[in-house]
Amino acid sequence: MKDAGYCSWGRLCARDQQVRPLRWTPAALEPEGRPLLGRGLGRSYGDVCLNDGGVLLDCAGLDRFLDYDPERGRLRVEAGVSLAAILERVVPDGWFLPVTPGTRFVTVAGAVANDVHGKNHHRAGTFGRHVRALGLLRSDRGALTCSAEDNPDLFRATVGGLGLTGLVTWVELQLKAVPGPAVEVEAVPFASLDEFLALSRESDGRWEYTVAWIDALGRGPRAGRGVFFRGNHVEGEAPAPRAGTRLAVPPGTPGWLLGPAAVRLFNALYHRRQAARRRRRVHYLPFFYPLDGIRHWNRLYGRRGFFQFQCVVPEDAAVAVLGGILERAAAAGQGSFLSVLKVFGDVPSPGLLSFPRPGVTLALDFPNRGERTRALLRGFEDRVREAGGALYPAKDALMSPAAFQAFFPRWRELAALADPAFSSGFWRRVTEVAA
Amino acid sequence: MSRRVVILGATSAIAEQVARRFAAAGDRLYLLARNGERLEAVARDLGIRGAAAVHHAAAPLDQVERHRALLDAAWDALGGVDILLVAWGTLPDQRRCEADVDETLRQLHVNAGAVIALLTDAANRFAAQGHGTLAAISSVAGDRGRQSNYVYGTAKGALSVFLQGLRNRLHRHGVRVVTIKPGFVDTPMTAAFPKGPLWASPERVGRAIHRALLGGPDVVYVPWFWRWIMLVIRLIPEPVFKRMKL
Ligand SMILES: Cc1cc2nc3c(=O)[nH]c(=O)nc-3n(C[C@H](O)[C@H](O)[C@H](O)COP(=O)(O)OP(=O)(O)OC[C@H]3O[C@@H](n4cnc5c(N)ncnc54)[C@H](O)[C@@H]3O)c2cc1C
Ligand SMILES: NC(=O)c1ccc[n+]([C@@H]2O[C@H](COP(=O)([O-])OP(=O)(O)OC[C@H]3O[C@@H](n4cnc5c(N)ncnc54)[C@H](OP(=O)(O)O)[C@@H]3O)[C@@H](O)[C@H]2O)c1
Repeated sequence: MKDAGYCSWGRLCARDQQVRPLRWTPAALEPEGRPLLGRGLGRSYGDVCLNDGGVLLDCAGLDRFLDYDPERGRLRVEAGVSLAAILERVVPDGWFLPVTPGTRFVTVAGAVANDVHGKNHHRAGTFGRHVRALGLLRSDRGALTCSAEDNPDLFRATVGGLGLTGLVTWVELQLKAVPGPAVEVEAVPFASLDEFLALSRESDGRWEYTVAWIDALGRGPRAGRGVFFRGNHVEGEAPAPRAGTRLAVPPGTPGWLLGPAAVRLFNALYHRRQAARRRRRVHYLPFFYPLDGIRHWNRLYGRRGFFQFQCVVPEDAAVAVLGGILERAAAAGQGSFLSVLKVFGDVPSPGLLSFPRPGVTLALDFPNRGERTRALLRGFEDRVREAGGALYPAKDALMSPAAFQAFFPRWRELAALADPAFSSGFWRRVTEVAA
Repeated sequence: MSRRVVILGATSAIAEQVARRFAAAGDRLYLLARNGERLEAVARDLGIRGAAAVHHAAAPLDQVERHRALLDAAWDALGGVDILLVAWGTLPDQRRCEADVDETLRQLHVNAGAVIALLTDAANRFAAQGHGTLAAISSVAGDRGRQSNYVYGTAKGALSVFLQGLRNRLHRHGVRVVTIKPGFVDTPMTAAFPKGPLWASPERVGRAIHRALLGGPDVVYVPWFWRWIMLVIRLIPEPVFKRMKL
């Protein structure tokens, strides 16, 4: 048994946390006095993947393929298989992930637990919609198969269930057919949030993938400017980026490297580079996973780490609320390395607590400057709540219990279906002081 | 041409990573390990990862009298063998061995005696066929005896010397003999140890072993920097070394 050292992607760490690496799927789970929690690759930013005072069941070693039908694109894998491993195996056969987040270094069980979304949410909905079935190991009921037909209540609770319903041991996915590894991408600069919304509306019918990067530091007339990316899988070759040339950020990189000047420089460079080139064919790796090329990029924020803030608000409130948040962040000089905008579609999410819902989602990073940053983010939470939106637990470290319970009104249903031996830092934080 | 590869102790974390490399290259595998259920999961995975064939058989590999039949079956199934890797092993509880000589002898048997027996049989088959690569996972622990794990070190040291002699003997038969010396690897065997910067993942070590099995030097440290660490450790004069807490 190892001690702590398992932190989150935002570099939040837990106290008094034990880690048990799993290499073989356990036959049973014994309650042991300390709460249990499954752990994937720790790509969640806050405490949904932490368990202070408890035990993390590290599933990264449960990484075997169990079944693959290359004719029908059906794949069953153990919980800890990464999306990267899946792509490597299935893309040469003409298959692709039906939904992928912005990093491929996440596990299938992690993707289920947060019911993750991608740039094709307007078409495909969330990851959970493509899960045909999953294996769940419970401390109280043993091994179960869950799907829309078998144990449907537990299936709905486990998708987006934040790891609380037990240990996911395997996942069966329906893959998506693609013509090859290439993606055709178009980059369209825009000058305001209104323009962004218009571009989205116009693009979502013809383009499978849409997302925008915004200049989160732009103020005055430059506020809300950005680049809109839209892409489709296409036939033909695209050279894969060379393996082994990945950059890595060494541990101990000081946080000042990411001061406002560095952020401004980065944003300006990015803006120019992307806007200058319009339609082109690229390999899927740089299109879907631009940051995966830099290992440990989270270290750029220094030892204090950072917060990510991701919200969704209804489309009619988007310009006012998101514009207000961006303006306030820029004014506070707490600019973001990464600012991403996307319009979610109305494909229903299967999970009780899935985050995606119709509206516009915005994700921003904030270096942790202590109370100043916390206060700023509390203010944003209030605005989102007033607008009838929600915050994303996978990215959160600060959400208040009252806000959580307003954003996810079905949380008591999840609580009732949770495994009595499981809990997480996040769950205790947002429910124990329940109203 | 797909290679014919036999791996003994195929459920080891390190061996599984080596096997994945062969599978991805479309090679044909014959896997042996004592736990049938785990072996089944490993074999299934390797098939999906691209191995042209995956045979497997479960057996306790430290029972020397079973070796001949096990190897016969492997040679039959693959029609000859190009690469054979012995990966099984245990990490003895040094303290317990100090108090219990039976335990010491058992550990020496699993990690040295039984491995040497298997390699002796396999060596004769390789010599007869006149080609192939015979390899075993030894350890940096075999390079110098230290108070914290010298029973393990004794077994691995014996294995390293055995492989050295075997290499010398088989060279004229066109058979390559590879000694693999990992440093600290994060696997179930070392689950109880606190990890630090010298630790490597089984994936990294597996990749390096796979490369070594295909060519290059016959004695490999993995990761590479252990060659230099062990050089320094071996250079410390015994009068100094015996005073050190290692
Ligand atoms: C660069 C980057 C980009 C991202 N982009 C997106 C994006 O576009 N869209 C999006 O939705 N998310 C995105 N994310 C967030 C990420 O996809 C999610 O946090 C994902 O859940 C992380 O998976 P993981 O394997 O690292 O799991 P972890 O972070 O380790 O855990 C996540 C949750 O899964 C649970 N869990 C893990 N394994 C098991 C198991 N075996 N059984 C039960 N529960 C388990 C944990 O308890 C926890 O609640 C991004 C993250 C990064 C770092
Ligand atoms: N981890 C390190 O730091 C390190 C360093 C240097 C060298 N090594 C060597 O690397 C090799 C692989 O070890 P690992 O680190 O991958 O550890 P591991 O995952 O624990 O693998 C050890 C394997 O040996 C098998 N085994 C043990 N006794 C056996 C027996 N009597 N019969 C058959 N199989 C037996 C185990 O089978 P079960 O699955 O059935 O238990 C297991 O598959 C070992 O030789 C080890 O000495 C490891």
